[in-house]
Amino acid sequence: MRVEQISVFLENKAGRLAEVARILSEAGVNIRALSLADTSDFGIFRLIVDNNDKAKTALKEQGLTVGKTDVVAVEVDDRPGGLSRILDILSKEQINVEYMYAFVQHSGKDAVIIFRFDDIDAAIKLLMEKGVKVIEGKTVYTL
Amino acid sequence: MIYDEEFEALPREAIEAIQLKRLRDLAERVYATVPFYKKAFDERGVKPDDIKSLEDLQKLPFTMKQDLRDNYPFGMFATPMENVVRIHASSGTTGKPTVVGYTRRDINTWSELMARTLAAAGTHRGDIVHNAYGYGLFTGGLGFHYGAERLGASVIPVSGGNTKRQILLMKDFGPTVLTCTPSYSLHLFDVAGEAGVDFRSLKFKVGVFGAEPWTENIRNEIENKLGLDAVDVYGLSEIIGPGVSAECVEAKNGLHIFEDHFIPEIIDPQTGEPLPYGEVGELVFTTLTKQAFPLIRYRTRDLSVLYREPCKCGRTLVRMGRIMGRSDDMLIIRGVNVFPSQIESVLMSRKDIAPHYVLIVDRKGHMDTLEVEVEVEIKEEAFSGAVKDLQNMGRDIEKDIKDLLGVSCKVRLVEPKTIQRSEGKAQRVIDKRKT
Repeated sequence: MRVEQISVFLENKAGRLAEVARILSEAGVNIRALSLADTSDFGIFRLIVDNNDKAKTALKEQGLTVGKTDVVAVEVDDRPGGLSRILDILSKEQINVEYMYAFVQHSGKDAVIIFRFDDIDAAIKLLMEKGVKVIEGKTVYTL
Repeated sequence: MIYDEEFEALPREAIEAIQLKRLRDLAERVYATVPFYKKAFDERGVKPDDIKSLEDLQKLPFTMKQDLRDNYPFGMFATPMENVVRIHASSGTTGKPTVVGYTRRDINTWSELMARTLAAAGTHRGDIVHNAYGYGLFTGGLGFHYGAERLGASVIPVSGGNTKRQILLMKDFGPTVLTCTPSYSLHLFDVAGEAGVDFRSLKFKVGVFGAEPWTENIRNEIENKLGLDAVDVYGLSEIIGPGVSAECVEAKNGLHIFEDHFIPEIIDPQTGEPLPYGEVGELVFTTLTKQAFPLIRYRTRDLSVLYREPCKCGRTLVRMGRIMGRSDDMLIIRGVNVFPSQIESVLMSRKDIAPHYVLIVDRKGHMDTLEVEVEVEIKEEAFSGAVKDLQNMGRDIEKDIKDLLGVSCKVRLVEPKTIQRSEGKAQRVIDKRKT
């Protein structure tokens, strides 16, 4: 039930993000979801794409530092309280969220939240027990 | 193997007694025969008789490279030319070459020291020495040549160049000892590979490498690729040539300085004050026995460290660490002397970053506070995609540098291949305080 996310190390300077977008565009890679973590010196650009291998190869060829991380994608009702319910479940079991980001599908019905946990297996088990809809990787890549 | 048990494994008091006697003789001799030294002694108000103990060496003046240039070509010679049997000279990339002379006894001394050097590396009578140091004005080729003959080994005076033919000779003559610069040894390996010769199938057991700075990483690379023990040798033509100090193959941990012929000192390059054992500074040598070209407290500009712990090989001589750089590269940051090579050694010791860096020294505001920025490249394997891992890595490096140097700095991680490579003269230090 894990979803593969790629991360790109970027120095905090003008044009770096545009460069990554250009490389992915030229490689014909479609971005499904993204988030940017930044500090004053550097940023980490996190992406879920339709073709991980193609994206990684293209980025590495251009000399970028690319990492791979497993995350969990969860489907949430696109209405008030949807996110809150999931976070409550996690906090009660003391599962720590390292970071998260969300995107809304065009249907307008559901939102997808991407989570990074310290203990990914425990988190998946708990969420499924509580009836939360955890989405498989191949589903997310083609959303 | 110790070539000269009598002098290489003396008790401390005995070696110091020999040094003092020879130092007093030296001071008398240069004062009487070299006008430069008479003037320099007089200006400091010191007489040869003032040398009562080894500590009194500090009363004597330094000799700088510029002094040798000012006395070009033979002004520093302490003996008439009729006693000089050999002249060597440095390349002289900046200005005129540095000229040095040898009497017959000097050549004899040098041959003995090079025999010691080769023996320390494990060379015996019966070994075949492939000597690819350049023969000519440069001291490398002839220094090793005379040492190998003195030891009773067979020497192939192949000199530098014509690498393909060297590979042929290595295959056919079966040399067991390789003597050349560390970079040339790797070039030999590459050319052998192109010629379809497996270097490791050759008969080499040891290589004695010097004449340029190298690192432990390069040692490992040479040993793995060439299949031999790689040992370090140090010297400079002003002092005698190669054979000032040499590593033993038993420990491969620091170079034994032949103290019966040279007194080493480590000084603060800024103040000229002597530094204690274990501290990094500029190497200074006094030649105790040389006749034609003796030098008092010659400043080498090479950075190293001295230590006197006995070695497992049995030698009691003081050892020096690898050359860590040039004293001209020293930075003074908040009153602390910092050598880029020290920061480099911290970075090299880490597995998660590539050893390419730039130091940026600056002054913020009106306060005389300085900041060192170390740009390093993170390696892909070390990149987890988590912000905290990178921040921890940066803080770890900052702490390592602070622990070693006592200077706080800020580490900034940069993307791979964005820092200029060290081929040629890469700029490692940007000192914004000067502009």
